[in-house]
Amino acid sequence: MSSNASSVGIVSAQRALFETPLPLAGGTVLPSYELVFETYGQLNAARSNAILICHALSGHHHVAGRYSEDDKAAGWWDNMIGPGKPIDTNRFFVVGLNNLGGCHGSTGPSSIDPASGQPWGSRFPVVTVPDWVTAQARLADRLGVERWAAVIGGSLGGMQALQWSINYPERVANALVIASAPKLSAQNIAFNDVARQAIITDPDFCGGDFYAQGTIPRRGLRLARMLGHITYLSDDGMGEKFGRMLRSGEYKFGYDVEFEIESYLRYQGDKFSDYFDANTYLLMTKALDYFDPAKDYGGDLVAALQRATANFLVASFTSDWRFSPERSRETVKALIAAGKRVAYAEIESVHGHDAFLMTDEPYMNLMRAYLQRVAVEVAA
Amino acid sequence: MSQPVSALRPDLQMIADWVSPGSRVLDLGCGEGDLLAWLQAHKQVSAYGVDFDVNNVVRCVAANVNAIQGDLEAGLAEFADQRFDHVVLSQTIQAMHNTEQILLEMLRVGREAIVTFPNFGYWENRWQILKGRMPVSDDMPYQWYNTPNIHWCMLGDFDELCAKNGLRVLERVVMTGGRRVTFLPNLRGSLAFYRVTRG
Repeated sequence: MSSNASSVGIVSAQRALFETPLPLAGGTVLPSYELVFETYGQLNAARSNAILICHALSGHHHVAGRYSEDDKAAGWWDNMIGPGKPIDTNRFFVVGLNNLGGCHGSTGPSSIDPASGQPWGSRFPVVTVPDWVTAQARLADRLGVERWAAVIGGSLGGMQALQWSINYPERVANALVIASAPKLSAQNIAFNDVARQAIITDPDFCGGDFYAQGTIPRRGLRLARMLGHITYLSDDGMGEKFGRMLRSGEYKFGYDVEFEIESYLRYQGDKFSDYFDANTYLLMTKALDYFDPAKDYGGDLVAALQRATANFLVASFTSDWRFSPERSRETVKALIAAGKRVAYAEIESVHGHDAFLMTDEPYMNLMRAYLQRVAVEVAA
Repeated sequence: MSQPVSALRPDLQMIADWVSPGSRVLDLGCGEGDLLAWLQAHKQVSAYGVDFDVNNVVRCVAANVNAIQGDLEAGLAEFADQRFDHVVLSQTIQAMHNTEQILLEMLRVGREAIVTFPNFGYWENRWQILKGRMPVSDDMPYQWYNTPNIHWCMLGDFDELCAKNGLRVLERVVMTGGRRVTFLPNLRGSLAFYRVTRG
């Protein structure tokens, strides 16, 4: 149904090789690395109209458009980004990348370690949100972007936007932090650990070096994704979509797939385990768990945000219980206490945490209004 | 950078006149952000608004006003003590359940509260009651069965609420149809404006 007029059209990925070693928060140094990224729209002469899109746990650089005419799936945020869309590629130069440690082309656990000629596997270092932001800043340098008109992300992507505003205050004009949190709660870390345990205890995981064994810890990945997926939906949303619907219309009194929700989750899990790397999943969940920008400031988020000079948009969704509105309010409260410019919206939605990827009308209106303001601000 | 801001509604202009240039302002129930947009353009205030309605937040965002979506009935937990010079509650207090609490919250987060409300003691209201009907007017445009306004008061009632809580009324203005009323205000005034601070 999306007409070509509002699509960025056919896109292709680019790669950038970085040979300056990258010191990581965990203490190790990555000697060199590659980042894969896509761009849409044109960087203006003043180089003032660039927007960085930060992805969440399972996201990547393919944010909008399609790879070919008959490509069935568009980029993961194609409803938000394109000509005339809230993130309007007629006005903005939009950059999406696959983060370090990812499994969509950027250097990660499944890449070949040049030192050994083998996949990194278990030896790939854990990277953190600040590490990603540093790597993204180097990509910005490479693209000639001194200051982002906006850094935008949902969930784990929102954490990167917040971190950008603190680590590179002079390089971010606006930070859009959507369905995110200033740090994870114990419950959130607990969900992540169950997911990790599912992967790590899968015999096919082989301690992370399954590539050489020719195996994939499919069962673990599948369970991790199924669990994650439950937490991304709301009880109401799930009830509305699946209820207690049975595939065959009657109980079979057995343990095969009977309820539609079982079928749906298994399908999602299977699909995910076909393309996602188990080590990347572990790494991404760890990056989530470790995220706590206040930690370096004695646990004081207000002090951490004091450095920021960006304007902020914070948004949450009423049925999101994985990153609930209360968590976004913590960010808002700290931003206000730090005297920052911030707008906050709590969008009514049944889509749970996934709502940040959906097309709820007030959400689209909010993004459109904010980004129109940004466009005026940067003369895009 | 700020867009041209059209003339303010007379009652909002009255409030704007009380706001000092360059001050920190919090507008509770800020609607589409008209007052704050005007104050930002003309008095260089740094401001936040709070509104319950997401559509209002979107309009505020478009108008370059910092709007925080929230429910005033839940208090002002997002705001630290004495963060603002002026805290505005414009024609909203009569629709709130926690009337007394919001008044105290306003003076927790701010130095001075500006509260405006339709004066129930206005003669036209009294006249409609004498005729046996609940008052309906420009400032109170609802029927009894659909009004959000649940806590009506007159000037004396508000004075008393302030006194009970040890609050000092710095200034009071009463208006009708956009014009100030000084003679018999509680009878001739349809809209009351108060500047209140801690005693």
